[in-house]
Amino acid sequence: MSGGRVLAPFGRRAVPVLARTGYGPYVVLRCADPLGPCPRAGQFYMLAAADRWGGGEAERPFLPRAFSVLRAQADASELEFLIHDVGPGTQRLCELDAGDGLMLLGPLGVPFAPPRDGRRPLLVGGGVGIAPLVILHDELGTAAVLLGFRDADHADAAVLLPGCRVATDDGGSGHHGLVSDLLLDELRLDPHLEVYACGPPAMLEVVRLICAERGVPAQLALEAGMACGYGACFGCVVRTRDGYVRLCVDGPVLDASRLESVVGVGASIG
Amino acid sequence: MTGVHFCGIELAHPIVNASGTFDAIAARRAFGDELLERFPFAGFVSKTVTVRPRQGNPPPRLWELAGGMLNSIGLPNKGLAGYLEHDLPALAELPVPLIVNVMGFTRDEVATLVAAFAERPEVAALELNVSCPNVETGMIMGADPRETAALLARVRPLTDKPLVVKLTPNASDVPAVARAAEEAGADAVSLINTIRGMALEPATGEPALGGVTGGVSGPAVRAVALAQVHSVRAASSIPIVGMGGVQCGRDALDLMRAGADIVAVGTESFRDPAAGSRVASELAELLLEAAPASR
Repeated sequence: MSGGRVLAPFGRRAVPVLARTGYGPYVVLRCADPLGPCPRAGQFYMLAAADRWGGGEAERPFLPRAFSVLRAQADASELEFLIHDVGPGTQRLCELDAGDGLMLLGPLGVPFAPPRDGRRPLLVGGGVGIAPLVILHDELGTAAVLLGFRDADHADAAVLLPGCRVATDDGGSGHHGLVSDLLLDELRLDPHLEVYACGPPAMLEVVRLICAERGVPAQLALEAGMACGYGACFGCVVRTRDGYVRLCVDGPVLDASRLESVVGVGASIG
Repeated sequence: MTGVHFCGIELAHPIVNASGTFDAIAARRAFGDELLERFPFAGFVSKTVTVRPRQGNPPPRLWELAGGMLNSIGLPNKGLAGYLEHDLPALAELPVPLIVNVMGFTRDEVATLVAAFAERPEVAALELNVSCPNVETGMIMGADPRETAALLARVRPLTDKPLVVKLTPNASDVPAVARAAEEAGADAVSLINTIRGMALEPATGEPALGGVTGGVSGPAVRAVALAQVHSVRAASSIPIVGMGGVQCGRDALDLMRAGADIVAVGTESFRDPAAGSRVASELAELLLEAAPASR
């Protein structure tokens, strides 16, 4: 993996959905993107259904929704996204199936950076936040992966990262407990790590604290409700040590050292 | 499409952006120089500049509504010195005329801003954001005709550049404010700004936005915009920049038929950064259809 942000073609484009696959409560949408470049791990796209975007619960959705790219073909002819139905926009996207139209803008944002000082990469994900770790794993070639889920049903998505270690809140699959327990195990074995994490804010805050205490560098992929994805709306700001930054153009990947806390960061528009 | 003249500025077509809905500098980071090659607006209106830097409001800053959105951004900007040093040189590279939107909390602050831009050749015109309170009188500058007239009296002598007054819809008599602006020397008015609104977080019943209240935009406000442009046109003869919920060429044509000379696209650019180009080409087709056959 090398280089920085891959630029997006200007303007959103209509692409066809090629396949829809369910993993527990999650849906993976695979779409063609013949006109787009190959994204980098950590970059994201703004998505909307081409039809019936609006008219759902409370006449929503209206704005497009931001999704980290899950996987991309090397020639960028196909993209995949991991979606969890948590509101009117994600619900509509989860309904899409092969042949339906998807409106797409991207790739957007800052990708993950390579590990520093020959450190071993360790990928830590929670829930739908495992998405950018799948393409990151493809880019890195090999990396240890720790994933946390609510229960065994949600942990069905762990098959997207073969060989990962899983923790579930209810013990229904893998380790009974938090993914941060697994992170502490790994750090005891080998602290010469660089952590790449994406997941709910509470999980990211624990990861940040554990890494900060041990001087382990960490890159966190964050989420915040955003209207545009390209710096226009100023809605997705996150507080850093240098003041607010827009997650869409200065993130979504932020070095953990820039943050005083992940608590209360962002909320998806759903 | 044939160009249009707006306050002596030549525009390639009648579509510009609404202030604060398109950050051309950030967009260039995301899209590269393709942004310049396919720039969607005939003129660029920059985000509000204040004398001092502002961080903006605490998040959450956005809330999705039926047919639109609510925002409470709080005018984050680098302040006048930061704008002149960092933003103005970058915006001068855009392929279209630049209109700088300014806001002050006193008339003197607005005067400082107007005077600073008066001598800058990169700036084609100034837009005055009068949707904030004058801290010396407690009045919203654009909510009262006398406040608006007093502001124009203070800043009009400072520049020959066109002054566009961005009217607030949160006023009891918007046409009277427009007339006061015209009589005090404004070259044009732009409307509507966002309409004050509020949302509650369903789970807690607490305000959903960090700023408690915010501004409603998007197609939900289109009918309000049309009515306000229509009533301002009846009260005033200076050019109007019409805006509010424009999503397509038909919406832009409606605002022009109601009295707007040019039209701004705002929230729709959030859904598609190229929306301005699409609206412009759809509008061109509609104007061609509406034109007499004798060409």
